[in-house]
This record gives sequence, structure tokens and C-alpha cells, in this order.
Amino acid sequence: MNAPATKHFRTDKFDFWSFFFSGLTGLATLFILGILAAILVNVIYNGWNGLTWHFVSSIPKKDFFDAKTTGVLPMIIGTAFRVIVMTIFVIPVGVITAVYLTEYASNISIITRIIRAAVNNLAGVPSIVFGLFGLGFFINFVGKNMDNLLHNSSAVWGQPALIWASLTLAVMTLPVVIVATEESLKAIPPGLREASLALGATKLETIWRIVLPQALPGIMTGGILAVSRAAGEVAPILFTGVAYFMASLPGRLSDQFMDLGYHVFVLSTQSPNIEQTRPILYATVLVLLILTFALNIVAVIIRARVRKKLRAQS
Amino acid sequence: MEPLKKNNAPLGWMGIHRGHQARPVEWLAEKLIFLVSLSAIAMVLLIFLFVAREALPVFFGETNTALVQQIIPTAELDKHSDAEIQRYLELTPEQFKNMDKETLKTLMDVKIEALNDVPENFRNDPDAHVNTTDWKYLLKAHQWNGYDQPEYIWQPVGQIKKFNIIPLFVGTLKVTLIGLGFAVPLAVGAAIYVSQLARPRIRETVKPMIEMLSGIPSVVVGVFALIVMASVLQKIFGYQTRLNAFVAGIALGFAVIPVIFSIAEDALTSVPRAYTQAALALGASRWQTSWQIVLPAALPGVFAAAVLGFGRAIGETMIVLMVCSASVMSWNVFDSARSITTTIAAEMAEAVNGGPHYRILFMLGALLFAATFVSNMIGDFVIHRFKNKLEGKR
Repeated sequence: MNAPATKHFRTDKFDFWSFFFSGLTGLATLFILGILAAILVNVIYNGWNGLTWHFVSSIPKKDFFDAKTTGVLPMIIGTAFRVIVMTIFVIPVGVITAVYLTEYASNISIITRIIRAAVNNLAGVPSIVFGLFGLGFFINFVGKNMDNLLHNSSAVWGQPALIWASLTLAVMTLPVVIVATEESLKAIPPGLREASLALGATKLETIWRIVLPQALPGIMTGGILAVSRAAGEVAPILFTGVAYFMASLPGRLSDQFMDLGYHVFVLSTQSPNIEQTRPILYATVLVLLILTFALNIVAVIIRARVRKKLRAQS
Repeated sequence: MEPLKKNNAPLGWMGIHRGHQARPVEWLAEKLIFLVSLSAIAMVLLIFLFVAREALPVFFGETNTALVQQIIPTAELDKHSDAEIQRYLELTPEQFKNMDKETLKTLMDVKIEALNDVPENFRNDPDAHVNTTDWKYLLKAHQWNGYDQPEYIWQPVGQIKKFNIIPLFVGTLKVTLIGLGFAVPLAVGAAIYVSQLARPRIRETVKPMIEMLSGIPSVVVGVFALIVMASVLQKIFGYQTRLNAFVAGIALGFAVIPVIFSIAEDALTSVPRAYTQAALALGASRWQTSWQIVLPAALPGVFAAAVLGFGRAIGETMIVLMVCSASVMSWNVFDSARSITTTIAAEMAEAVNGGPHYRILFMLGALLFAATFVSNMIGDFVIHRFKNKLEGKR
């Protein structure tokens, strides 16, 4: 429908209620954007002054509520460490599942539908339940049994550790990677695959040499979204690996770690003097927000491009 | 002429297709890819299995918190059945199986010591004689010693632990419903605006920005609610306690708005253009078209958005944990509330691994998992039906 035609047929009468309700929906949109802006402005305004090089690069002593000596280096490293380990597990599994769903599976087969339902459900499981799962499965089952077999029942793996937190997060972010990868696989023109097959390449060669390189931006989006989601989540790691305070940086997979999101929680609820810790709280929030948000924006931009490509085809 | 055997090429060893040459690598890769893709199903099953496994003793009444119990003397170990001893020592069946007689005897000595250690003033307390993890005490109001009337109490600390889960259900529902009551109108309104009324350029900018809201970690929303919003809302509504279920609910709304918005927007956009064009051609205004034609057509999708938003809201942990956490049995929105997720997050660290408190927290987790599972299923089913209907499939 083009604009002039609509204009021609529209009645001239000014409809007050239409105007009123259209305005209301517009206001609702503005309000939501206002919330976004309020949170961002509040955090940046209050956190900007506390965000010094010293703050980002120093390791705090036992009392991290002291604004002068505190720092967030161990938390940044802890968060980065757990997210990187998570990526190593989640990307291959997520990408392979997406490849199966788009390249191999038939859409009507019952097993495909069950896989899709499982992915959807996994995306909706509350994050705290993932925490319980990590505790019940990884620590109390896998970890304890590993200790019994390898370490003569002394507790090495059967306790909260970086690897368990990362694996729990990997399970949680699996749907994110699958959905994003699938989207980008679908955006690749079928002609490309057909051309490759016509030249004598096998299906596997086509996927490996033609399809996956084309889908790389989408896979990256999935990875980035998963990382930014995982970096901000606190509930799943509460019982699976995070530590209130650690004097040293995590070095092994069986170590516990400090975490940015959890540190924000600790600073805002356990502080002995709320007014005094507020600047460090805001500075920590700003660091967390920069990390997750920067990643998110990159992902949104890549995703918008992929979608445009998809739309251009259909 | 001999026809080319193309479609019924002979199947080789274990279903390997023989074309120009056998490709066992291809076959193997396909099977491997298939196996890996089953991991999503495996994970859902494992989550259910292992959360339920830790909670099972509560469902079967194998936990016992009674302080004063009938003492079984160690010498009488053989006179009682295995099941009795297992329950008496609060062991799981597999733990019990792995223990020899000597260990059991030591455990019974320890148990007798613990039972004899109970302070004298509890011996006459009727509450000390009951198992508070029984379903009767978990669900129904009970008149505790020292209270005037039967009450619902969640108080897992102290000598007599009270595990009534009703206050947690009320708290969860209260916070969730406030959140949805705030988020659904806003998100659906914005979805109507963005999908139907806004110019394309506005749509292209607004959509990613609202999606960005979902990228804000929930602890950050929690800090904002705790420090800024709580004060602002108190000034507007003038209630007494600064941190309450209302503040938590609104903050929760922030977290679910992007979820509801993107699903509702998707549903509204997928209504065929022909509907809109027909209505506009008949002289309806843009608003009338959106409200009377597009919205009713997309209603199942919008409903699904609300259901999925509900699933997301009852599962949200950190926001409610930071903003309010006292467990009060009250439907008043300006009272504090403690949701199920909050309870699990706050108390798991204190709960003894394998003890009754630990088991009940896992049971709450299992219930939560079941609730979100059902709401996800309903949401997905409705969306599936809706999309098929629009595409003309049955």
C-alpha cells in the first residue's frame, strides 16, 4: 500500500479517540525507553567518578567496602574466566545442534519437534533452577563421583568450583547459541548449497566449507549474546562456584572465584555503611554494564544485518 | 535402455548410501551431529531428574525434624526393619545400602546423643514432637506453641523449624502479578505502536533499543530499584516501608517488558497485510484498524506473550532478592514479600547439605521448574497454533 492512496480514501473527519489511543501507545513506548535511559543515566552519572584505573586494576584486601583501597580486578578476571570456559563448551554443542536442525533434520519428524520443544523449554527455565541443577548434578553427583574415583574421596571436585559454574552457565545459554546460529543458517541462500553439491562436494564438505563460513557472523552473535547473558547472571553461580572473598586469583578449574555481578549484590545488600559504599557500588555496576552492554550492542548490530539479509531474500 | 538406478540405490553396510563411492565419514558425521543435537533434550531431562532427586525424600516423607523422638537403643538394631532404621537415621536408600553394621551403630550412638542433648524446655513443647516437614505442616496453617491462632509461617531457623510454603507462594504471586500488571499494558501498547502505528524509521530504532533493555543484568535493575526507584515510588504513593512487594514487582516488570514486547510485536506483525488494507479501505482509521482488526487477530500471540512473561517473572531471582525478602503472610502489596526464588537463593548457603531444609529448597526448585515448564508449554503451543492458523494450515 502506498501512502498517497491511503490519504485519498481516508475520511477528513478528525477522530479524537483514535488520536488519543494512538498517543497512549506512543507514550507507553516512550515510557519504556525512559526506563532504559533512566537506568543508564543513573549508573553512568553516579559511577563515572569512581571508575579510575586504580579501581579497575587493583586487588582488594579483606575489607572491600573501603572506597580508597578497593578494586575489582579479581572480579573482572573471575567473570571473564568463567565466561570463557563456558564458551568453549557451549559454542560447539550449540552450533552442531543448529546445523542438525537446519541442514539435516526434517521439520515434521517427531524427534526434531522434541528437540525444538526442549530448546524452547531450556530457554524458559528460571536461572535459580540452573543453580540448583549445578549443585545437584555437577557438584553432588559428577564432582563427588570424580573425587571417589580420582582423589580417594577427598573433596577436590565435589565442591563449588569454576568449572561447575561455567558448565551450569553453558547449559543455560545453549538455547541462545542455537537460536542465533539457526537464524543465520537460514539466511544463507539455498542456491549456495546447491551449487556446492552440484560441483561434487559432499554434504559435510558443503556445511564445513560453504555454509559455516557464511554463517560466522550469526554464530558470533550467538556467542556474544550468550557471553553477555552469562556475564550478568548471578543466580546460577550462587551455589556452584562464586566466593564472597578470595585472597588470590583463580588459577585452576577447581578453584572458586569472585564475580562482578555477585560483587554488586554483596556491595548493595551486605554493606555496613550504605552511603560510603555507594560510589564503589555504582562504579562496579558501571564496569559490569560496560562489559555486558558493549557486547550486547555489537550483537544487536550484527543481528540486524543478518535479519536484513534474510528479509532481502524472502 | 537400462534405467539409471537413482532412487533405489542399494543400501550398503549399516545404511551407508553407495553412490560413486561409500562415504563412511559422512555417515559417521551425520550420526554424531544427531547425537550432539540430542543434548538439549538430555539437559532438560537431567535438570528435572537431579532437582527432583534431591527433593524426593520430602515427597516421600523421609525427612524428620522432630526434636524429641522415640530413641532406638543401639543394641536393638537388628530388631527393627531396614526401612525403620533408614528413616530413623534420615538416610537415603543408597546411603543406607552402602553402610555396614558398624557405621550404622556409630550413627545410632550419635543420634541418641543428639536426642539426649535437646534442651529440657523443649521436652514439653508439643511442636518439638512433630515432624515439621510433613505435608500437613508444609501446606496448612498450624497453631504453633506460643501463637494465638493457626498461622502460616516460613521460619527455617531456630530449634523448631517451620517450613510452611504458603507464604512463599503468596509472595511469589504477589510480586509476579504486580510485575505483569505493570509490564503487560506497557509492553503490548508499545508493541501496537511499534508494529502498527510508527513510521518504519522509528520502528527500526525503537525495536533494538527495547531489546537492549533485556541486556541489562538483573542485578543492575536491582540496584536501580533499591536505590532510586524505592525512594521515588515512596514519594509518589506515600506508604510506610520503603522496600516492599510493590517496588519489587515494578522492578520485575522492567525485566519482563522486553520479553513480552518482542513476542507480542512479532505476533502483531505476522497478521496478514490484507486485513489491515481491507480495514483501511473501508474507512477505518489507523487506530481502529489496530484495535479492532489486528489486535483481535493477534490475540493468541499476545496472550502467549503474557504467559511467557509470567514464566520469566516467577523465575526472576536477583531483583526480588535485593529489594525485599522478609516472608510475611499478607496480600497487601505494600508489605514485604519473599518469593520462592529468593528463598532458594538466600537460604541454600545456610542449609546443611542433605538436611531437611536443603531438601525443601530443592522441592521448591522442582515446583518452580514444573510451573515454568507448564507456562512455557502453553505459550509455545498457543503461538504454534496461531502461526499455523495465519498460514492457513490446520
